[in-house]
Amino acid sequence: MTIELENVTKRVGAVTHIKPVTLTLKPGQFNVLLGETGAGKTSLIKLMAGLDPAASGTIRMNGKDVTHLSTQKRNISLVHQFFVNYPHMSVFDNIASPLKVAGMARSEIEGRVEQAAKLLQLTPMLKRRPQELSGGQQQRTALARAIVKESQAVFLDEPLANLDYKLREELRDQLPDLFAGRGAVVIYATSEPEEALMLGGRTALMQDGQVVQFGPTAGIYRRPGSLAAAQVFSNPPINTAPITKRGSRAHMGSAISWELTGAAADLRDGDYTVAVRPNYVLPVRDRGADVPMTGTVLVTELSGSESSAHFSLPGGSWVSLSPGVHPYEVGRDHQFFMDASRCFYFAPDGALAA
Amino acid sequence: MQKRHLIPLVYILFLLLPIYWLVAMSFKTTNEILSGFSLFPQTFTLANYRTIFTDPTWYWGYINSILYVSLNTVISVVVALPAAYAFSRYRFLGDKHLFFWLLTNRMAPAAVFALPFFQLYSAVGLFDTHIAVALAHCLFNIPLAVWILEGFMGGVPKELDETAYVDGYSFPRFFTTIFLPTIKAGVGVTAFFCFMFSWVELLLAKTLTAVYAKPIAATMTKTASSAGYELGLLAAAGTLTIIPGAIVIWFVRNYIAKGFALGRV
Repeated sequence: MTIELENVTKRVGAVTHIKPVTLTLKPGQFNVLLGETGAGKTSLIKLMAGLDPAASGTIRMNGKDVTHLSTQKRNISLVHQFFVNYPHMSVFDNIASPLKVAGMARSEIEGRVEQAAKLLQLTPMLKRRPQELSGGQQQRTALARAIVKESQAVFLDEPLANLDYKLREELRDQLPDLFAGRGAVVIYATSEPEEALMLGGRTALMQDGQVVQFGPTAGIYRRPGSLAAAQVFSNPPINTAPITKRGSRAHMGSAISWELTGAAADLRDGDYTVAVRPNYVLPVRDRGADVPMTGTVLVTELSGSESSAHFSLPGGSWVSLSPGVHPYEVGRDHQFFMDASRCFYFAPDGALAA
Repeated sequence: MQKRHLIPLVYILFLLLPIYWLVAMSFKTTNEILSGFSLFPQTFTLANYRTIFTDPTWYWGYINSILYVSLNTVISVVVALPAAYAFSRYRFLGDKHLFFWLLTNRMAPAAVFALPFFQLYSAVGLFDTHIAVALAHCLFNIPLAVWILEGFMGGVPKELDETAYVDGYSFPRFFTTIFLPTIKAGVGVTAFFCFMFSWVELLLAKTLTAVYAKPIAATMTKTASSAGYELGLLAAAGTLTIIPGAIVIWFVRNYIAKGFALGRV
């Protein structure tokens, strides 16, 4: 089972929601759609699910053209961000509903529902109504309904976004097991880079209704193909600044410069954009961070074991994220150190240069 | 008793006073009613009620009313359900204007429509039938029903529809087995308001009927003029007229609060 999208677009009135997308999604591992709110993740899922018509392009499932096939005939499952269950049915009937519609025998339905309920720890709640359950249990009910039938594709549209931290971690650990060994293509939309990294598999980075990069999740994180991809795949946001390469050195404004190494050293002289993740900008000279830069501290945040500081540089506002507690004084100049070996360099058109 | 209980108590007393007076009168003889002021019936009688339940011109008034009111309620809800679904789920050209236009139908007084309806129904042979009154009342009740139902349907996330389609439900099956049960409170509230408006509407019901479909309220006004002042009988008829409304309110009392919360009732 594969899902292939070929130049698929979506328009509402005159507004383009999805620019031409070409993707091939395979089973076996999670296919993560990663992008900020409004990037088009849900729109793309709705296109693949047949809930919205594509303005142009072709969608194929298993080689068969399904572009104009109704949702009901696509044999898919979908879990929404909000906990959507049938409020007037018991949890059992909720999970059983896709099987009942398919006309399965009562005895087989019972066996399957019980199995799904066991996997998701819902067995004691089968007789209750969805509203009587906690948020986590409601979402597990929706998940159970998605796994109970043998669908060709499972769409998970930010299924954990509305759960609290603990439940989210618990369910996220469980998710890959739920779908392991099935032939279904699993598509998981999220706005959190960490979530994509934890789920692994392959990631399609989305921005402004476009897939900007698609490939193995860890690979994209290590080597974003474009400035847009680097920006989407970083939380807190990746630091960027315009630089000029002259000879073997990169210059940011007049005060900051560093020696280029590796592929970056071979770049042609000219203007580039440097991007570096906040965890490679530290308040101390440490762990390879040795390019000094001085900026005025704007905002600081302390989250127990990590300190973050926003500070101003000639090229804009940067963030430093470092382990441990560091005393920053807002409004004062502070020295930070950047690990130049972790920098990405992008050409003016946004493509990765080195 | 605390002071703060006093005002609501007085208020409720004033509200209930005319109803009490009506009920008390229905157990009195006409002579006693006319002879002077009495808080309780001096000679308690059930004769008024007996007359109503034995005289066909009386009890058929009730049957007629209940028939056309039920008919109207069913038509209104059945017609309004798909309309409200369309308004709540789809955007189409002029949808908001159409929605508002529906409501403006409620703004004209019934008297405006009495003559055209009378003329039209007489011409097509609908005059003096239950369906005539039921259809005429649709003019007010369908817009109301669409308005109320749209409010309830708007409260159901569109994701529920999508989940059902993904599960394999066809639209008709989704609508009847999932959507309707989900908004059953709304359907109850809507039916209640259609019932009440049709039940209390007198002008159209009187104009469009003569003998066979004459509503109870019309029977009451006729009796008052032809057979002298049978006040006890009228009071009994009035009491019986309140009862169906009270019963319906009892059944939907919990849903009404929900309707008010949605700001649509």
